[in-house]
Amino acid sequence: MRLASPWSGLIGPVLLLLLVLAAILAPMLAPGDPLDMVARPLTAPFTDARFPLGTDQLGRDVWAGLVHGARVSLVVGLAAAAATLGVGILVGTLAGFRGGFLDDALMRLTEAFQTVPTFLLALALVSVLGASAGNVVLAIAISSWPPAARLVRAEVLRVKTLDYVDAARIAGMAPLAIAFVEVLPGALQPVIALAGITVGEAILVESALAFLGLGDPNLQSWGSMVANGRALIRTAPSLVVLPGLCIAMAVLAVSLTGDGIARRLGLGARS
Amino acid sequence: MLRFLVRRLLQALPVLLLVAAGVFVLLELAEGDAVDAYLAGIGGAGDLTLAAELRERYGLADSLGARFLTYAWSLATLDLGWSIAFARPVLDVILERLPKTLLLMGSGILLAALLGIGLGALAALRRGRPTDTAVTTTALVLNATPGFWLGLLLIIVFAVKLRWLPLGGFSTLDSRATGIEAVLDTARHLVLPAATLGLTYFALYLRLMRGAMLDAAQSGWVTAARARGLPNKRIVLRHMARPALLPVVTMLGLQSGTMLGGSVVVETVFAIPGLGSLAFEAVSQRDLPLLAGTVLVVLVNILVDLLYGRLDPRVGDNLGRAAGK
Repeated sequence: MRLASPWSGLIGPVLLLLLVLAAILAPMLAPGDPLDMVARPLTAPFTDARFPLGTDQLGRDVWAGLVHGARVSLVVGLAAAAATLGVGILVGTLAGFRGGFLDDALMRLTEAFQTVPTFLLALALVSVLGASAGNVVLAIAISSWPPAARLVRAEVLRVKTLDYVDAARIAGMAPLAIAFVEVLPGALQPVIALAGITVGEAILVESALAFLGLGDPNLQSWGSMVANGRALIRTAPSLVVLPGLCIAMAVLAVSLTGDGIARRLGLGARS
Repeated sequence: MLRFLVRRLLQALPVLLLVAAGVFVLLELAEGDAVDAYLAGIGGAGDLTLAAELRERYGLADSLGARFLTYAWSLATLDLGWSIAFARPVLDVILERLPKTLLLMGSGILLAALLGIGLGALAALRRGRPTDTAVTTTALVLNATPGFWLGLLLIIVFAVKLRWLPLGGFSTLDSRATGIEAVLDTARHLVLPAATLGLTYFALYLRLMRGAMLDAAQSGWVTAARARGLPNKRIVLRHMARPALLPVVTMLGLQSGTMLGGSVVVETVFAIPGLGSLAFEAVSQRDLPLLAGTVLVVLVNILVDLLYGRLDPRVGDNLGRAAGK
């Protein structure tokens, strides 16, 4: 899917740039701990110049929460996606290159993981491991790696029959070195197309976990802000609307950017 | 048919064993065991001799391997254990909740498919024009929207502001309605949660339908149909839409697992007492046997796959490749 205007390719990267800037500059844009009480509770948005987006029921600055939330979402999302793709690439390469029993065993394992709904598994893992940013990353990686593994395996199966791999074999390279140095780079292209989606999914899972109260309790996350505003849905809907908008924007930004990069490389779906 | 099912079950066996083993590992990873939970519940947490005695009696002092065998055997006999939070067998609690989730997911998938097929066909026919852009952009944005947030927005608009639909729940609490009235009552409660699921998941079907329609439009048979002078409407419906439906229908079954994950959040937002909110309750009450049970319900998912392989032989080759996300 593609937006029609020639500028549309810029929407994703520009949004992403804004979010990254907000995340990096958070301590300057909103100094102090976003979880601190700084003003009267439930200041409405656009009424106080010092707190442009208002405050929540505990007097916490919504703007500060959103800016610092960008850090959590982006860092957790990127780390989780990197770990997801890392596991997927490792499993996929080993299975595809070695073949035989190892391939069978790894593929059954992949199927087993894929059978359990991603979010349910992530939820179970975080609840067992404990809610911290590191565990959220771990849980997302453990529950979301199968699609990447399948994709890499299929590509490795294709690439390993190419002539230059035989050449490496004849040159006497060790099999594992061939797998990761020669075959893997050739198999990585479709993974690039998957990367944007993986980051977006990771951000969504993180926010949903935080919404259910399973995010890191010491960090202000967009998902937990939505959960917090839920009780005041009648009187202060902006507490729910604003952080949710940020989540949707972040997911859209990374998936559009990923899509754009994939298209540049000539991998994308047709328009 | 029977031979087919037996073969599929044998194929599924290693996957089932691995899932079971995974759940066992999960339970082992957690701090504390059933005895700790039980003693905490009756207020005897400090009594070490009683704890040791109970562990001995229930086989919790055995070696890891022996415990796994006990666990696997109880699973094989459909004994999912005892829910601490509900003080009832896990299987009973799950079976009680399952129909509501199935109904919600069924309506959600149906809505997603209808939206995806209808709008996907429309976008393909208007390819590159404003309608196409509007439809595909909307789908893209909704796909990026977290389900819990969309659900809350729908509640704000349709339940709080307009007061058209109920805030949540599965049926009106003190309603004594029976028959058709009860059905309508539940339907009214299902509109917003099903819409939430449908709207967040239809982008995939839209993409598939649009792509397949565009492929069909360039196919030889459509050219042939045009050459024969068939009316356009007939070409679109018979020669483009019908073959394009195949990949969409195939994907319908494959998506059910993903939606089961999504239903955790949506059921929590709309206070629907289904399987998803059960998983969340199990988490918040630290009821691990119950949580493990909800994860194991994916066995149902595998059964769906088995049946699905029967319907569409192309899915048949790769069990599990199909399931989940």
